[in-house]
Amino acid sequence: MKKIIFIITYLILSKHAISANEELKNKIYKNIRCIVCQGQSIYDSDTDFAIDLKKLISKKLENGENEKQIYDFLISRYGEWIVFNPILSFHSLALWLVPFIILLIGGFLIFRFNYKKKN
Amino acid sequence: MNQKYKIVILGATTVIIFILFLKAINTDKVYQPNQMVNKKIPEIILEDFNNKNSKIDQNIFSQKDFVLINIWASWCVPCLIEHPFLMSLKNKNKIDIIGINYKDENTNAQNFLKKYGNPYSRIGVDKKGEVTIQLGAYGVPETYVLKKGLIIFKHIGPINEDIVNKILELKK
Repeated sequence: MKKIIFIITYLILSKHAISANEELKNKIYKNIRCIVCQGQSIYDSDTDFAIDLKKLISKKLENGENEKQIYDFLISRYGEWIVFNPILSFHSLALWLVPFIILLIGGFLIFRFNYKKKN
Repeated sequence: MNQKYKIVILGATTVIIFILFLKAINTDKVYQPNQMVNKKIPEIILEDFNNKNSKIDQNIFSQKDFVLINIWASWCVPCLIEHPFLMSLKNKNKIDIIGINYKDENTNAQNFLKKYGNPYSRIGVDKKGEVTIQLGAYGVPETYVLKKGLIIFKHIGPINEDIVNKILELKK
């Protein structure tokens, strides 16, 4: 009986582990641009280049590399263009922050203007 | 605060924001073939085309003062177009070219070289297309120019007269 429970638990856990790995794999495939195709990810493409990249990513995951390490590797070889969601950098951070900074400055100016008017 | 200072600060902020946006907009958003240029050749291991038991690694490129890496395949039509230029670089200009045979059948590749000539001093085999990804390539043909293991130029597609001249210029 114990053996059966052990086998069932093992099967359930391994099934979960496999599906989690597949999910991660597909997530990465969907975020990698097929640079020889028109606006497709390697997930959607069957070109030689996409197939090779998928094999390489799969191999890297099997070797224990994480998502970031895979993106870093591909960016170092093909540039940031290869990922659909760019890694947070100074330029992208500036683009995100500037509207908030402008909003803060604007709010401050309005506040000062009203404050002066009241006094 | 003085009105004059206010205008200067407002002007400076506007200029900074403008520059930031301009820089972000001008960032290259297409595939950058020069991503590997000015980088050392990464670690690669290739099976020797003529001897399955022998390997070719990145050190072979670091040892040479000036060398070309050419990724090719017998099934690749553009490779056939660039072949006479490679032969000329080898025979006329004495340029060392190391080939990477990409996803090819050995017999077909041997026949290709027999028929059109062999411009390569050595050939490595990339049967699965993994090594070419290490080099930042995406297909055939592609040519890299290396000086003591440093990639100084990369060309995607078949080389032509202009690229030959560029390579000769780089050798000087």
